Amino acid sequence: MAIQGEHLNQRKEKIGSIVIVGGGIAGVQTALDIANSGFKVHLVEEKPSVGGVMAQLDKTFPTNDCSSCMMGPKLVELANHPNIEILAYTDVLDLDGEPGRFQLTLKKKARAVDPEKCVSCGICAEKCPVEVSDPFNLDLNRRKAIYVSYPQAVPLVYTIDKEHCRYFTKGKCRICEKLCENKAIFFDQEDEIVRLKTGAVILAGGFEPFDARIRGEYGYGRWPNVVTSLEYERILSGAGPFQGHIQRISDGKIPRRIAWIQCVGSRDNHLGREYCSAVCCMYATKQAMITREHDIEATIFYIDIRAHGKGFDRFYERSKSDSDVRYVRSMISRVIPNPEDDTLRISYATPEHHIREETFDMVVLSVGLCPNPSAKQLAEKIGIQLNEYGFCASDPLDVVVTSRPGVYVCGVVQGPKDIQDSVQQGSSAAARATALLADARGSLVAPPAIPVERNVSDEEPRIGVFVCHCGINIAGVVDVEAVADYARSLPNVTYATHCMFACSNDQQQEIKHAIKEHGLNRVLVAACTPRTHEPLFRNTLREAGLNPYLFELANIREQDSWVHQAEPETATEKGKDLVRMSVFRARLLKPLYETSYEIIQTALVIGGGLAGLTAALSVSEQGFPAILVERTTELGGNARTLYYTEDGANPAQYVQELIKQVEDQSLITVYKETEVVSITGNCGNFTSTLSVRGESEVVSHGVVLVASGGQEYKPSEYLYGQHPRVITQKEFEAMLMSQPEEVKQLKRVAMIQCVGSREPEYLYCSRVCCTAAIKNSLKLKSMNPNAQVSVMYRDIRTYGFKESYYLKARQQGIRFYRFEREEKPKVASQGAHLSISVFDAQLQTPIQLEADLLVLSAAIRPSKESKQLTEVLRLPLDQDGFFMEAHPKLRPLDFATAGFYLCGLSQGPKFANETIAQARGAALRAIIVLSKKEIVAEGMINHVDSGRCRACGECEEACCFEAIKVKEVEGGRKQAVVTEALCTGCGGCNVACPTGAASLAHFQEEQINAMIEESI
Amino acid sequence: MSSLEQLRIVAFVCNWCAYAGADMAGVSRMQYPTNVRLIRLMCTGRVHHGFLLRAFLKGADGVLVSG
Repeated sequence: MAIQGEHLNQRKEKIGSIVIVGGGIAGVQTALDIANSGFKVHLVEEKPSVGGVMAQLDKTFPTNDCSSCMMGPKLVELANHPNIEILAYTDVLDLDGEPGRFQLTLKKKARAVDPEKCVSCGICAEKCPVEVSDPFNLDLNRRKAIYVSYPQAVPLVYTIDKEHCRYFTKGKCRICEKLCENKAIFFDQEDEIVRLKTGAVILAGGFEPFDARIRGEYGYGRWPNVVTSLEYERILSGAGPFQGHIQRISDGKIPRRIAWIQCVGSRDNHLGREYCSAVCCMYATKQAMITREHDIEATIFYIDIRAHGKGFDRFYERSKSDSDVRYVRSMISRVIPNPEDDTLRISYATPEHHIREETFDMVVLSVGLCPNPSAKQLAEKIGIQLNEYGFCASDPLDVVVTSRPGVYVCGVVQGPKDIQDSVQQGSSAAARATALLADARGSLVAPPAIPVERNVSDEEPRIGVFVCHCGINIAGVVDVEAVADYARSLPNVTYATHCMFACSNDQQQEIKHAIKEHGLNRVLVAACTPRTHEPLFRNTLREAGLNPYLFELANIREQDSWVHQAEPETATEKGKDLVRMSVFRARLLKPLYETSYEIIQTALVIGGGLAGLTAALSVSEQGFPAILVERTTELGGNARTLYYTEDGANPAQYVQELIKQVEDQSLITVYKETEVVSITGNCGNFTSTLSVRGESEVVSHGVVLVASGGQEYKPSEYLYGQHPRVITQKEFEAMLMSQPEEVKQLKRVAMIQCVGSREPEYLYCSRVCCTAAIKNSLKLKSMNPNAQVSVMYRDIRTYGFKESYYLKARQQGIRFYRFEREEKPKVASQGAHLSISVFDAQLQTPIQLEADLLVLSAAIRPSKESKQLTEVLRLPLDQDGFFMEAHPKLRPLDFATAGFYLCGLSQGPKFANETIAQARGAALRAIIVLSKKEIVAEGMINHVDSGRCRACGECEEACCFEAIKVKEVEGGRKQAVVTEALCTGCGGCNVACPTGAASLAHFQEEQINAMIEESI
Repeated sequence: MSSLEQLRIVAFVCNWCAYAGADMAGVSRMQYPTNVRLIRLMCTGRVHHGFLLRAFLKGADGVLVSG
């Protein structure tokens, strides 16, 4: 690397590699995106393994998906990626140079274990005599002085904890060294200084939870049953210290009642921590819902519930209606212990202003997020500006851009955010960094080495069965050992075993080993759904020299253990049946071969607003053409009337500059007054018909970015449209800008929040309205200090740093009245004025307000175009009419259908800077496809047996994709012919074919029949 | 166990919708009886009537096609 770097340096070329500092989910996503788009990646992590805080979580909101199961495939891809080098247990010391050509100085800390030799057999830890508390489990249990952080850790290499190791502290022991069969222990290993040449740097240093000891009145660290929310995640985790059984720290007893206290270390200006940590309301809701599954009472004490993300309000409502989680709006001043039984007393104010005291068996403190101290230190060292709270300061609109050119930022180190926002910001930072180095794409990457495939056609099936525990997700219900024993009795099963996490990196090695050792030629894993995990295992087979289609997955989690939690016996029987069905199918599996075809390296971007413009520009910055389609006569969308943000940016001006850049960019073709009317083809090779001012035009492209936008809801309530003094927040913003004289005349302005949001039929939060109301109130106050502003709200959702503007608004005398959904404000016309009566739920008293202007914070709705597009593009919408991503947490920018990506308001309500981040991220996801010259087609396609085909054309009629057609073939004979790139493998032709000539690979008649035979 | 739960049901489901729905039921921890066996296809367009008859002949009390 160093030599290569020197060489490049002399030629003054940019270096085609990127360093990412921080191996949490943001860093991992960034690394994968960059490596998959043709650059070398060095992922630097200070801890012994990557995974970050997400690896410690039990489940994630709002789907309650298992966190490590979601992360597993990403970590496996990371560990096996030919373009990624993981530098774990490594610190960054310094950064020199300039964008495109940096030099980074690193310190690889000595593990006292040689990572090349350690096979993580674990004998060293088993025999190590020193037990210390385990930081991965927040010191709730013990580990040895030689350790891996968690079983699925990447890299899976042991490390000696020198502070506790008996040899390092007392000078003798060396038991591990004696027992290590591979001679991997090196006590005299020294730290190593490494210098890396890199084109760009991305900081993804993450966070550490707030130290709850600082809020001494809650008794954390003194009363054993007061725990932090991260500790509670470990308590809930099946792989945690108590195997997923909720128990008290003091006596191990099952608690009956648990309380959560919100905003511990957040929204606290006494501690100089005014900001909201943005995730605690939802993680507490998630934890409380899981707790209710254990039949334990759950109460959350909160200030405002901030369910501002996509699907969060439904999740919150479901926690109340289905899970019976109790929410109490009250700040808690202290926790008082009962020493006799270690219970805890909490006093709170009831809505009627009575003080009530309740006793709980456990208290969970919802601790806030603080910037990771080492990331902060590094940022300071390399000249990155920090904000007042120590997070990396970044551009208000382009949030991944730091104060130092060529250095980008993503994840919580930029500001508190959830996994979804971290992931899309990671993709966005990847887009920025790779755009900088676009010329150097491909210069430092090696093509993947795939071993020669073993020919198994003459072998009898030899099936290996691996039954997964998935922690306790499966093993807690299904007797996995019994299933493995049963599998062993089935025909052609050569080998059967059970394992903790089938998807973990070490288990992939085990599978490869078993294939070799037992001469396996079919592999069956009984674990979770093939929809997420099949690609991972197929790749493992490929690496072991087996055709990837000789793999079969039996779903005993989503479709067994999780849905039959109270019936372990019949669930185990069902598990055996599912394994038997799969074994009989696996016996008949055949190797399949994928064909590759050329990619059209052009993107089609639908929508010319902020999202679409950013996405198109981002694609072109990387050297690929984009076709930008806008329905109206003008580019810019909603951003044109977003005149200012709370933090001083100007989206309207930004978007005008963006339009100019797009129009000047020769790689972008803009079509105005244009709609997409049809699309055919598949990822890499689409043909679309556009209607350009009524004229038809056909374009070819490889990917589609959907950015069809959103619009402000036109209210039907509160006299909007009937009284001239009732306007929307957006209209008010325009008034503040264009009618300053009139604004100065305003005496009393009232605002009503959640108009059209958080209603039973539109059960979502529009995310931006609380901040918009506060921003406009502050603007009004700055122009007209005497104006009286009253904001009627349900919860104020100024998440992250936006909270400081809410504080400022209250300091400036803006009044906030809280109302309940059942008791909305009533608005009456009083000549030129309005009279508003509202029942203040906080004060429990009716309030009468007079206003000369009423501003409604109207919801964000998807654009009308979305509904039409969903039919043209055959893409799914969610319940609220926004486009639905492949997975809300880890694939927020992709559609489930390959080659389609989404961003901006069409995906859900969001701020301008979030739209920009998402659009850049989505563009990068698309570039991963565009940057390759060819794409590999699915092997599961239809084949025609020419001997049986009589060219009747039934198949042609049945095919919706024009993938099979009767054509003249060699010798002048007619026969059905499949176009491989178009065949989706649906099998419609198989059903239509009267002779059995059409046969869908991997779903052949005999393969399906085998499953039916064994299903009963 | 009631006689209803002893009924044997075979379901042919599409990978993209009904199978995904069954996965979602799992993620949401919705509970249902254990007497259904799902057969995943990439599309219910693949379901030949022969499959349905075979399931009944084998002794299925009910056959579900969902996609």
